[in-house]
Amino acid sequence: MHPILSVFAKEFRENLRERRTVVTALLVGPVLLPALFAAILSQQLQRSVAEADHPLTLAVAHLERAPNLLGFLRQYGVTVAPVDYDDAGARAAVKAHVHALVLGVSGDFGARLAAGDPAPLALYSDSSQLGDARDIGRVRELVREYGALLARLRVTARGIDPLLLSPIVVQDIDVSTPAGRSVLILGTLSYLILLTTLMGGLYLAIDATAGERERGSLEPLLTVPVRREWLIFGKILAACAYMTLSLTLAVTAFAIVLHFIGLERLGMSVNLGPGVALAVIAACLPLVPLGAALMTIVAAFTRTYREAQTWVGLVLLVPTLPLMFAGAMGLRPSAALMLVPSLSQHFLITSLLRAEALPLTWVALSVGVTLALGALFIAVAGRLYNRERLLG
Amino acid sequence: MIEASHLAKRFGSVAAVRDLSFTARDGRITGLLGPNGAGKSTTLRMLYAVLRPDSGDALVDGESAVRTPLAALRRLGVLPHGAGIYPNLSARENIEYFGALHGLSRAAARIRTEELIGLLEMREFAQRRARGFSQGERLKTALARALVHGPRNLVLDEPTTGLDVMAVRALRRLLGQLRDAGHCVLFSSHVMQEVSALCDEVVVIAHGTVVACGTPAEIRARTGEAGLEEAFVQLIDAAGAALPGGDGS
Repeated sequence: MHPILSVFAKEFRENLRERRTVVTALLVGPVLLPALFAAILSQQLQRSVAEADHPLTLAVAHLERAPNLLGFLRQYGVTVAPVDYDDAGARAAVKAHVHALVLGVSGDFGARLAAGDPAPLALYSDSSQLGDARDIGRVRELVREYGALLARLRVTARGIDPLLLSPIVVQDIDVSTPAGRSVLILGTLSYLILLTTLMGGLYLAIDATAGERERGSLEPLLTVPVRREWLIFGKILAACAYMTLSLTLAVTAFAIVLHFIGLERLGMSVNLGPGVALAVIAACLPLVPLGAALMTIVAAFTRTYREAQTWVGLVLLVPTLPLMFAGAMGLRPSAALMLVPSLSQHFLITSLLRAEALPLTWVALSVGVTLALGALFIAVAGRLYNRERLLG
Repeated sequence: MIEASHLAKRFGSVAAVRDLSFTARDGRITGLLGPNGAGKSTTLRMLYAVLRPDSGDALVDGESAVRTPLAALRRLGVLPHGAGIYPNLSARENIEYFGALHGLSRAAARIRTEELIGLLEMREFAQRRARGFSQGERLKTALARALVHGPRNLVLDEPTTGLDVMAVRALRRLLGQLRDAGHCVLFSSHVMQEVSALCDEVVVIAHGTVVACGTPAEIRARTGEAGLEEAFVQLIDAAGAALPGGDGS
């Protein structure tokens, strides 16, 4: 067996017995992250779907003072709960979360209304309760609507065209396509896929280099009659294997999870069937050698395991920086951006998920540049492993 | 046979080894004796090609550790100082891995490993994962790993550190067997008793160079001291005093 394969086989087997590696490479990234993603996403979906026709319960103090308003509210699906609070009582009830909202009708409400004076209503709420914000908005909107209705009736009674009260009309026109609306979700998804892929090789890269030196097994290893670059190539290959495993597991998990969440309910179409999942994996594969070599280089030149953990943890952020940058700047794919590893994979993943084709040359650019850079980094790792200072 | 000739190595401004020469012959146990920091480990590391000398050369059965390091390493079994083994592999897997790296076929590595497990009395723990091995068990595993390719020459850096009396005795017995089988055994130590109990030849190193060599009896005779320890202390002091700017400590 070639020495590279001997080293690969040993590192692969040894790390399969190392809890840290298995947990990060095969559990956290590939299983827990998709599960977390699914939980957050489905909660958001449920909320936004439910909110539209969410039954609203409103406590109204002294509702007998405003019977018409009451009828109006009921007409819009508000369940009215009669309560009997004065001002202090209403404040206390909202503060104690007995009611999320209390509408107080003042004693002179009817009289002022009849006289054509502004009639006061008091809406008690607790703005620190973020979950109630939408309900508050809805009640305020309904009450304003009721006020506008009264105003129109009054001007009509005076023989004036009520349209005069609406000099401007705003129409909301949303041109986003169903797929476009899911852009944030897709961005998160590709970020998580790339992060998981890198994390898969994290501990092996550290263990095979800084860990090996700390345990004192590096020096004996360097006394075998094998070229040193072959030793490091075997270790990088093992890291690649774990990263590929992580990538495959993660994409599979996301495909399953998205299937069950059903984004279509929100009018989003994310297209992650078996074929697309395979294409996503293929698009990310060129990043695997680059990431493995990068982490190995960093870990090989730290003095201790802990130091390696710190530095490689930071390096893990490097490939994710272009993604955040792109997200913040709203970058669109272009030939120049396809030259940036990890960013180009991000564009490939999102375009695959949105079923939008990118030019084939762009795909070739992404694959070619990423692989070339990976080869360069692997060569650098080989060179660095020949240095005496390696023993530390 | 291992021949060091005019080895020199600097780390920054510190000359760790200066013009160091000696020969370790086949069928002999040669002890590299010297205080801490004398340059023993640096010398051995140049012999097994982990460090590259600034000048000079080291030959293992005629193969240069500088010009043809892989050929030299094939003829050398190495037990570095504090040699670590892989905690997630069993003793057997640790040994077989090095067999594979030395180019043995899977079957050959397995047979050879089995032999060494018998020779080093490792049956009890050969199948266990190395995590939690005692110092003695770890040393036996590392020693078997160094011998897996059947090298004619064996280099050990402070092999007895941290071992109990029984383990040290077992190691002595084994090194004696290897010598009797015609192997060249070279080991370093700062412990006098160790060297006098075991070595046929002693190379005394101080301040990065050889200050004396010969059989223990010859060294005692040369310094006129009855015990090797007194002879050793006298040699070190003399070397320190001779060093430009040396304080003799």
